[in-house]
Amino acid sequence: MASAHTAPLGLAAESRPPVAAAPPMPDVLPPVKPRRGLVGFVYRHPTMAIGGFLLLVMIFIAVFAPLLWTVDPTALAPARRTREPSLEHWFGTDMLGRDVYSRVMYGARVSLIVGFAVAILSSVIGLAIGLVSGFIRVADGIIMRIMDGLMSIPPILLAIALMALTRGSVQNVIIAITIAEIPRVSRLVRGVVLSLREQPYVEAAVAAGTRTPMIILRHILPNTLAPITVQATYICASAMIVEAILSFIGAGTPPIIPSWGNIMAEGRALWQVKPYIVFFPALFLSITVLAVNLLGDGLRDALDPRMAKRL
Amino acid sequence: MALLEIENLQTHFRTPDGVNRAVDGVSFNVEAGETLAVVGESGCGKSVTAMSILRLIPEPPGRIAGAIRFQGRNLLELSDREMRDIRGNEISMIFQEPMTSLNPVLTVGRQIGETLRLHQGLNRQQAEARAVEMLQLVGIPEPQRRVREYPHQLSGGMRQRVMIAIALACNPKLLIADEPTTALDVTIQAQILDLMRDLKRRVGAAIVLITHDLGVVAEVAERVVVMYAGRKVEEAQVGPLFRTPRHPYTQGLLGSVPKLGSSLTGTETRLAEIPGLVPSLKQKIPGCVFASRCPHATDLCREVAPALEEKAPGHVAACHYAAREGAMAA
Amino acid sequence: MLAYVVRRILATIPVMAVVALFVFSLLYIAPGDPAAVIAGDQATPEDVERIRASLGLDRPFLVRFGEWVIRILQGDLGVSIFTNLPVTTMIAQRIEPTLSLMVLTLILAVVVAIPMGVLAAWKQGTWIDRGVMAFAVLGFSVPVFVVGYLLAYVFALELEWLPVQGYTSFSAGFWPWLENLILPAVALGSVYIALIARITRATMLEVLSQDYIRTARAKGASQGSILFLHALKNAAVPIVTVIGIGIALLIGGAVVTESVFAIPGLGRLTVDAILRRDYPVIQGVVLLFSFIYVLVNLAIDLVYTLFDPRIRY
Repeated sequence: MASAHTAPLGLAAESRPPVAAAPPMPDVLPPVKPRRGLVGFVYRHPTMAIGGFLLLVMIFIAVFAPLLWTVDPTALAPARRTREPSLEHWFGTDMLGRDVYSRVMYGARVSLIVGFAVAILSSVIGLAIGLVSGFIRVADGIIMRIMDGLMSIPPILLAIALMALTRGSVQNVIIAITIAEIPRVSRLVRGVVLSLREQPYVEAAVAAGTRTPMIILRHILPNTLAPITVQATYICASAMIVEAILSFIGAGTPPIIPSWGNIMAEGRALWQVKPYIVFFPALFLSITVLAVNLLGDGLRDALDPRMAKRL
Repeated sequence: MALLEIENLQTHFRTPDGVNRAVDGVSFNVEAGETLAVVGESGCGKSVTAMSILRLIPEPPGRIAGAIRFQGRNLLELSDREMRDIRGNEISMIFQEPMTSLNPVLTVGRQIGETLRLHQGLNRQQAEARAVEMLQLVGIPEPQRRVREYPHQLSGGMRQRVMIAIALACNPKLLIADEPTTALDVTIQAQILDLMRDLKRRVGAAIVLITHDLGVVAEVAERVVVMYAGRKVEEAQVGPLFRTPRHPYTQGLLGSVPKLGSSLTGTETRLAEIPGLVPSLKQKIPGCVFASRCPHATDLCREVAPALEEKAPGHVAACHYAAREGAMAA
Repeated sequence: MLAYVVRRILATIPVMAVVALFVFSLLYIAPGDPAAVIAGDQATPEDVERIRASLGLDRPFLVRFGEWVIRILQGDLGVSIFTNLPVTTMIAQRIEPTLSLMVLTLILAVVVAIPMGVLAAWKQGTWIDRGVMAFAVLGFSVPVFVVGYLLAYVFALELEWLPVQGYTSFSAGFWPWLENLILPAVALGSVYIALIARITRATMLEVLSQDYIRTARAKGASQGSILFLHALKNAAVPIVTVIGIGIALLIGGAVVTESVFAIPGLGRLTVDAILRRDYPVIQGVVLLFSFIYVLVNLAIDLVYTLFDPRIRY
C-alpha cells in the first residue's frame, strides 16, 4: 500500500486529515504526437497521397504531351529504326523509327481516357440499373439473372468477343470494357439499396409517405456514393489494364494511335533483342495503374473505416 | 505468499489520438482458494486487468507494465512458451460472451479436449473421454451426444457451461471469470453462479470475478476491489464494503442498486445515479480521477491524487476525505 | 443436402442460358455491321454476304438462336470461318496446355497466397504486413504480360535457368512439362496471388479479432494452432469464394500469358481468331470458359459445408 505523505500544498486544516498523495505513474508508452496539415494527411493516408501524386503526374503528361520535348509520335523514320535509348531518343526508336519517348508520352492519353471513361460510364449505368433493381421487385429477378449471366463471362473474354465484332477504335474499346464492368457496379448498388431499405430511418421515411425519388435522393444516393467512388477507381485501374491487353493482342485501339498496349504489341516481336521498346510503356502503364489502385485503397480506408480492414 | 500478487499494473494502448491509459497503477492480491470480485462501471479497466493477468493484451498496440506474480513468478517476465503452459492450465479464464467465445467450426468435444491435449498430453481418444466427463460435471445432459455437436447447436447457458468445462478441465489454481453471467437470462445466471460455487468447492481454485453486478458480488465474493478510471479506488471484505463503503464512488455504485421491495415502501423509488461521465483516459488526470463526478470534491481533490490509505483494518480507499473508522466525512 | 445440390444445379441453367443468349446476341448488338468487320477491309460485297449467310445473320434472330442452342446442346459449336474445321475439334486440340497452365497456376497461387495472407494478418502493421500489401497492390497493377516479359527476361534470357517460350506436352514427361510452365504460371499467378493474399489477410484480421480466438489464446494454444486451426478454418468460406471468383482473372490472363510465352493453348487460339476475325471460334471459347467458370463456382458452393458446420442445406 502507498505510504502516507505530508500535504505538499499545506492545505491540511484541522478539520482535514493529512493529505496523502498517490505516487505518480510513469509513462509506459511514448506519447503519440498528432500530426496536422499536409504532413498529417500524408502520414495518415500515405497510399492516397502517393497514388494521387503519381496520377496527377500522369494527367500532366497526358495533357501537356506536345510540350514535353516530344516529336510527332506517328512520324516514321525508316532510317533510324530500333535505335537504343540515347540523348536524341530518350527511350530509343521502334521498328518503324518512331520515337518511343514521344509515343509513350502521348500514350498516357489513351490509357487515362479509357480508364476514366469506363469508370464514369459503368458507374452511372450500374447505378441506374442497381437502383431499379433495388426498388422494383418485378425487375429485380430478371435484371439480376442477366447480371449473373454477364458476370459468368470473364471480363477480358467479353471485351475480346465484343472487339472481334467491331472496328478497333478508342470509343469501341470503352464500350466493350464498360459492358464488362456494369454487372459489378449494379450488384454493389443493389446490395447497398437493399440493406439501406431495412434501415429504420428509411423505413420511417417510407411509412411517412415520402416518395421514392425523394428517398433515393436523400437516403440512398448519399450512401451509395462512397462505395461507388471506391469501386470506380478499381474499375478505372482494371479498364486501363484491359485496354492494354486488348491492344497488346491486337483487339484494341488501331495501331495508328499510340497507346501503351500498341507500343508493346509492336515491340513484341523484338523484345528479346530490343527489350526497351516494351519496357518503357510497361513501366508507365504499371505506374499509372498502381497510382489509381493506391488512390482507391486510400479512398476506401478514408471513406469507410469499417471496410478499411477488408480487402 | 499470496497466490497472485498484482503490483502497480499499468496497461496502456497506443491509439491514433493519444495513449489510452486503460489500467494505471492497480495492485491487489488473491489468496489461494478465495473469491475476489473486481467491480466497476464498463470502461473502468476491470476487463483489461483480467486480460493483462493472462497477457492476452495484444502488444502492440498495448503494453503491460508493473508486476504480476503468480506463485512468486512474475508472469510479465516469462517467455511466450512458458506463458502458454500457464494459460488454460494453472490460470484459466471464462468470458462474458458465451455466444461468441466458442469456435463455431470445431466440435465442443474438440474444444474441451484441446486444453487437455495441450497441457496433460492426452491423446485424441483420452481427451474426448475426459471431455465427456467434464460436460457431465458442468451439468450438460447427454454428454456423449453433445460432445460431438457444434456450438451453434447449444443454448447460451449450455455454451457458458462448456466454457466453464474448458476452463476447469486442467484443474487450474486460479479462474478468472470476466462477466460470466451478464449475457445470460436471469434464471440461467443463478444456475451458472451455483455451478461456479459448487465447482470451486470441489476443485479448490481461487476465483477472480470481474463484474458490474453488485448482486452477484454480494452472493459469491469474499473480498471486493472497486475500480474506477483504470485505478483501484477501494478494497475491503464484502461485508464491510457493503455496510460502510468509504469511497464516494463506491457509495454511488451501491446507491444505484435497486433494493428489493423499495418500490413497496414508498420512500425512495428512484435508482440513484452518479452524474457525469467517466473521464477520458487519454489525458493524464492530475488529481483524483473521480473528482469530476464526486459530490464532495474540493480543489484539493482536483490537484492532488489521493493515495490508497487503510481507513479501517483490511479496508483501503483512495479518498482525501473518506473517514477512518466510523461515519462519513465531508 | 441432395435436394439442395439438385436445386443449385438447376439454378445454373438460367445463368448458362443468359450467357448463351448474350454471347449469341453480340453479333446483333455490336455497333456497325459485324459481317463487314469480319470479312475485312478488302472484302467484296459477295464475301460480306457469304459471311452474313454463314453466321445466319440473314435469318430471324429467334429462329437462328433456337437452332444454335440445339446445336450447342448436341456438342456442336459451329465451324471456323478460317479453317473450316469444327470449333470443338480446334478447342480439343488446344485445351491441354491451357488446362495445365491454369491448374498449375491455381495450385501455386493457393500455396503461396494463403500463407502470405495469414502471415500479414498475424503481423498486422509490421513491415512484413506492409510488404505483403505492397506486393498485392503491385500484383494488381502490373499487367500479366509485363510480369511475363520481366520474368522471361531475367530467368530465361539472362540467367538461362528456364526455357524462354514454348510448351511440352505432359505425355513427354513431368519435368519438361513443368519446366516450360513455371514462368507462365508465376506470371499468370501474380494477380491471383495478390487477390487471394488480400482476401486472406482481410478475413483473417476479422476472424482474429473474434472472441473465440481470445478463448483459444486463454487456453494456451500455440500461435500456429491459433492461426491455422482456429482462425483459418473460420476464414475459409470467404477465401474459397474469392478463389472461385478469381478464376475469371485466371481465364482472362491465360489468353495473354499464352501469347507472351508462345504456348499453343486456347488463349493463342483466341488471339489468332481475333486477328483473323474468326468469330465462331471466339464464340466457342467464350462459351466454354464461361461454362467452366460457372461449374467451378457451383462446385465451390457445394463444398462450403466442409468448412462451416453452420451452413446447412
